[in-house]
Amino acid sequence: MFHWLEQRPFFFAVMLFLTVAFAGFVEAIPDFAKASQPVVGKKPFTVLQLAGKQVYIKDSCNACHSQLIRPFKAETDRYGMYSLSGEYAYDRPFVWGSKRTGPDLHRVGNYRTTEWHENHMMDPAAVVPGSIMPKYPHMFTNLADIATAYANANTQKAVFGVPYDKKGMPKLGTWKEAKAQALADAKKIASEMKNQQVKDMVAAGKIPEIVALIAYLNSLK
Amino acid sequence: MQSNAQLEYDYSVVKLFTFTTILFGIIGMTIGVILAFQLAFPELSNLAGEYGTFSRLRPLHTNGVAFGFTLSGIFATWYYVGQRTLKMSLKESKFLMRVAKLHFWLYFITILLAVVTLISGYTTSKEYAELEWPLDLLVVVWWVLWGVAMFGMIGMRRERAIYVSIWYYMSSFLAIAMLYIFNNMEVPTFFWSGDAPSSLMHSISMYAGTNDALVQWWYGHNAVAFVFTAPIIGMIYYYLPKESGQPVFSYKLSVLAFWGLMFVYLWAGGHHLLYSTVPDWMQTMGSTMSVVLILPSWGSAINMLLTMKGEWQQLQTSPLIKFMILASTFYMLSTIEGPIQAIKSVNAIAHFTDWIPGHVHDGVLGWVGFMVIAGLYHMAPRIFKRELYSKKLMDTQFWLQTTGIVLYFTSMWIAGITQGMMWRAYDDYGSLLYSFIDTVEVLHPYYTLRGIGGLFYLIGFFMFAFNMYKTATSGRVLEREPEYASPMAS
Repeated sequence: MFHWLEQRPFFFAVMLFLTVAFAGFVEAIPDFAKASQPVVGKKPFTVLQLAGKQVYIKDSCNACHSQLIRPFKAETDRYGMYSLSGEYAYDRPFVWGSKRTGPDLHRVGNYRTTEWHENHMMDPAAVVPGSIMPKYPHMFTNLADIATAYANANTQKAVFGVPYDKKGMPKLGTWKEAKAQALADAKKIASEMKNQQVKDMVAAGKIPEIVALIAYLNSLK
Repeated sequence: MQSNAQLEYDYSVVKLFTFTTILFGIIGMTIGVILAFQLAFPELSNLAGEYGTFSRLRPLHTNGVAFGFTLSGIFATWYYVGQRTLKMSLKESKFLMRVAKLHFWLYFITILLAVVTLISGYTTSKEYAELEWPLDLLVVVWWVLWGVAMFGMIGMRRERAIYVSIWYYMSSFLAIAMLYIFNNMEVPTFFWSGDAPSSLMHSISMYAGTNDALVQWWYGHNAVAFVFTAPIIGMIYYYLPKESGQPVFSYKLSVLAFWGLMFVYLWAGGHHLLYSTVPDWMQTMGSTMSVVLILPSWGSAINMLLTMKGEWQQLQTSPLIKFMILASTFYMLSTIEGPIQAIKSVNAIAHFTDWIPGHVHDGVLGWVGFMVIAGLYHMAPRIFKRELYSKKLMDTQFWLQTTGIVLYFTSMWIAGITQGMMWRAYDDYGSLLYSFIDTVEVLHPYYTLRGIGGLFYLIGFFMFAFNMYKTATSGRVLEREPEYASPMAS
């Protein structure tokens, strides 16, 4: 049979494709729908939090930090309750990471504060001596992309049926409303920060990346 | 596989891809060395503002070496091995020649755009699939062009049966096409932005959370399979018998190893998600199939080693044979190491640690890097019609790079297992013994060693680039094409 195939590249390619694709069919189909059901009480990200997640992705925080707590005592003692599938139901894309050069962040909102992140992102080693994390001062001046975060949320709502604007869920509304809401959320965070430049920017209606990022990190619980 | 005197092969596209293999190799590996030293000396992360941090550069390194260096090497060798084993020349078809050229230029532009967009922070975050949607579309175009060139060339062949190498290149084309498309299914958010001035580049994944993870590692693991494994096996099946003048040891073993690899590899993706929230049965399948994968992997590797049966003295005389035999040996090492890491109890310690990059690099530096280098060295006298410039330099390169690889993976073995054990250590009172930062500080010497190992490899790569440049410009001109062993000046 193999000799026969090797002289007929077309059939060879077809056989090859079926052989390669087989595992994907078997693995992906059975549980695909089930795995994305949200846990009770799970809410989608607000626009400001999504803008923060975009900063997280833009600077590849996931290159060094995981967001997946495995069900081992050593991990639940260190990071909190192990991760459940339904907690990620609104995570597009997932940001589990594959390497812990730094610690896991899936529940970082439970044990770190706005103030801690503010100091830490400016100069990690000043907060955690021995830290090898880079400094991220540019996040204090670069503006967060709220418009894209709005488009992001709106796409989730329109294309994937994520329950924005439903009872008890984050409100999205129009771009104007969403922008005003994001700014109001940003003001709350800025009020807990001490960097004057950041406070001034937010007061002037501009949201620096750091504020959005902190909103996102605080939401990870 | 005798050379056919009447047929004159066309190497213009081979030369273009050879050039980019070296260019992107230098860029990707230099960034790799910078990254390695940034982990040992974190101040280095803040020399270029937001564009110089470890996190911003890391996708540049992985994409640069995987899709810059390795893919260029695969394409360069495809257009060489393809023409020769199919017994056709690109000169015979203007159409295919144009397709191949277009394939190159679109590819080249894509990689350049990838450098610019990744360093600017446009990334989807999915590993080895970081490129945003406009670039993904470009990738699809030139991937299809490669397919057209491949099947076009196969259609024009004079040799009735297609050779083993072609099977592997074909598998790379088909599998990556499927994997890349499904993992990069993404929705550009620009089209749902209402009147918000949102970014045209941004997209979100079609899948959420656990499903996204599942698709990502089904892709991620098999991008390794069909970029770093299959086509590289295709290369060694051509270059080792050619360079040594020995027939492949066993046809049956090559059939078994090929179809075995094709069937088993895709299952193994689940081993990236052990103890995660994907269903248990998939994790168990991933783990089991990873162990089964040893058979087809070692099948090919042993087939190559046995090809040298009775001719082992060539290992002393030819640095080129040395590169290929060590590549095959490193392939055996990393294909036994991978399955070990995929066993659940081992994975509990190894996952998230530096043992994983350690494993990746004994594979890519030892196996992929050496094989691509050997392939390019073998082709040089044939495409430039000149003798290889310096055997001595090649030998020095070989030993320097081998030392570099050994430093790299041994330091990462120690680092990974140390960190994995420290994360789970408890004191007598049942409290965690180490804070996270303890487990970072302890790694400093290993990170430094790894950086040095990487630097050795990079210096070796510069020697390679220099040797190739000299060969192309001032090697002794050859009157006729060498049949087997590549001629080299001492």
